[in-house]
Amino acid sequence: MATTMLRAGPAFAPPVPAAPQRAAAAAALGTPLLQVDGVSLEYRTRERVVRATHRVSFDMHEADRFVLLGPSGCGKSTLLKAIGGFIRPVEGEIRLDARTVSAPGPDRIVVFQEFDQLPPWKTVHQNVMFPLLASRTLGRKEAAERALHCLDKVGLARFADAHPHQLSGGMKQRVAIARALAMQPRVLLMDEPFAALDALTRRKMQEELLALWDEVRFTLLFVTHSIEEALVVGNRIALLSPHPGRMRAEINSHGFTLDSLGGSAFQAAVQRIHRMLFEEEGVGA
Amino acid sequence: MSALLNPPVRAEYERKLEPFTEVAVERELPLATRIWAQGAVRKGLILAVLALLWELLARWQDNDLLLPTFIATARALVDGLATGELIDKVRISFAVLLQGYLAGVLLAFVLTTLAVSTQFGRDLLDTLTSMFNPLPAIALLPLALLWFGLGRGSLVFVLIHSVLWPLALNTYAGFQGVPETLRMAGRNYGLRGLRYVLQILVPAALPAILSGLKIGWAFAWRTLIAAELVFGASSGKGGLGWYIFQNRNELYTDRVFAGLAMVVLIGLLVESLGFATLERLTVRRWGQQR
Repeated sequence: MATTMLRAGPAFAPPVPAAPQRAAAAAALGTPLLQVDGVSLEYRTRERVVRATHRVSFDMHEADRFVLLGPSGCGKSTLLKAIGGFIRPVEGEIRLDARTVSAPGPDRIVVFQEFDQLPPWKTVHQNVMFPLLASRTLGRKEAAERALHCLDKVGLARFADAHPHQLSGGMKQRVAIARALAMQPRVLLMDEPFAALDALTRRKMQEELLALWDEVRFTLLFVTHSIEEALVVGNRIALLSPHPGRMRAEINSHGFTLDSLGGSAFQAAVQRIHRMLFEEEGVGA
Repeated sequence: MSALLNPPVRAEYERKLEPFTEVAVERELPLATRIWAQGAVRKGLILAVLALLWELLARWQDNDLLLPTFIATARALVDGLATGELIDKVRISFAVLLQGYLAGVLLAFVLTTLAVSTQFGRDLLDTLTSMFNPLPAIALLPLALLWFGLGRGSLVFVLIHSVLWPLALNTYAGFQGVPETLRMAGRNYGLRGLRYVLQILVPAALPAILSGLKIGWAFAWRTLIAAELVFGASSGKGGLGWYIFQNRNELYTDRVFAGLAMVVLIGLLVESLGFATLERLTVRRWGQQR
């Protein structure tokens, strides 16, 4: 699972290489796990059709921690839902293992921001087993075992028989992460999973997520609007501009961990991203 | 003196805390409070007070034909139960009731499942409920008697009518209230069609479905008793409504009250044993309802 990856460039590589260069680099990296290829997404309100993203492209490789970062209105959550298969692109294509994504499926498990993603009628243990059984991935006995194993990994084995309403927000998110890990999806999709948590819990969850990744090396797509979180969690960050969402830059951030918070290199990176996101108006769109 | 007031800088300190032993961290509630916390005790008290008021009112009124006392009614009820006559009537009523109720529940489920999956189903449910929900089941009985004859068939027909529409409306409203995140989580696991409805929508909408089931149950009882009262025995054997009707004709008012009391008792039993248990095991345990 944990293939040695070619992580190109230092933390301050030039934002977007020119197209031919990029193609050459892609060839050197092998086929990506997930390809978002010129994807435009639209949503419908009562009166009009709104373009959420416009011809967004990026590649994700195995064991990437890929972050979509941008202000609200840049369509990052919509993009994640499209990769989840809940929304169909009006233009372009999303490919997972070279197959076009057309419907939701258990190979792309989503961890949502909201706490109500856990069915309240199932215990924590049953919740983690649910997708395994629903997708007929495993039999009941194996599912129970794997669920317990994953709960243990997120430190909730003691709460296996509790119902979700008895848990705190952070614990609910841990269950959702355990549930996603148990499925061993090709891509783990996280839609601002820690945004509704308090700052201390959030910090702890980031730590735990990184520790889990260190151990399991899953492929992660993470949506956030916090620059710090993006730098800490991701190894590569896609910056999106708002109205409609377009690719602004892709940045490497594998050099940063939770320990680099507050360091001067980290501050410089934050400043740089901030400039790219918010000087849009000055440049003129 | 400077114009800006700065708070003084104080020294830091750290305390070592011993394990807390001064007072007990948890205490038990007093016995009276714990007894009062039992729902059965409080409700039993309400029933006792009502019975007492009835007894007093009947004694003051002093007319057995109009209002028999609580004790006379209780005696008639015990007599009816002892001879087995009342139990027989209840059994007959119950058999018809269950048939109509279950058929109504099944149909409501089919209709709402259609409604959540297709636009046509939604329109169908909308139109049918707004047409038939206001129609009293009893008003359909003469028609039912023409179609299905004087017997069980027509009773089941009106029972279905009285259960189906309110339950379908409640269930559909419940389905619509299911959070979008939960829906997407379900679809994320590849659930669709009937499995999606049964494994995501039904449990998530269970509070609304349960209240629909309760309303439907009450409507079914009312309709059945009323139908038996108006049209008498079906297929030679009458149920509880027929028992009430017959005894009114013969001016056994205490037995009329015993029959009515039986309806009330069954209602209380079904509510406290059936629905309350169901609620405790599901929506309360899941934290969907307090």
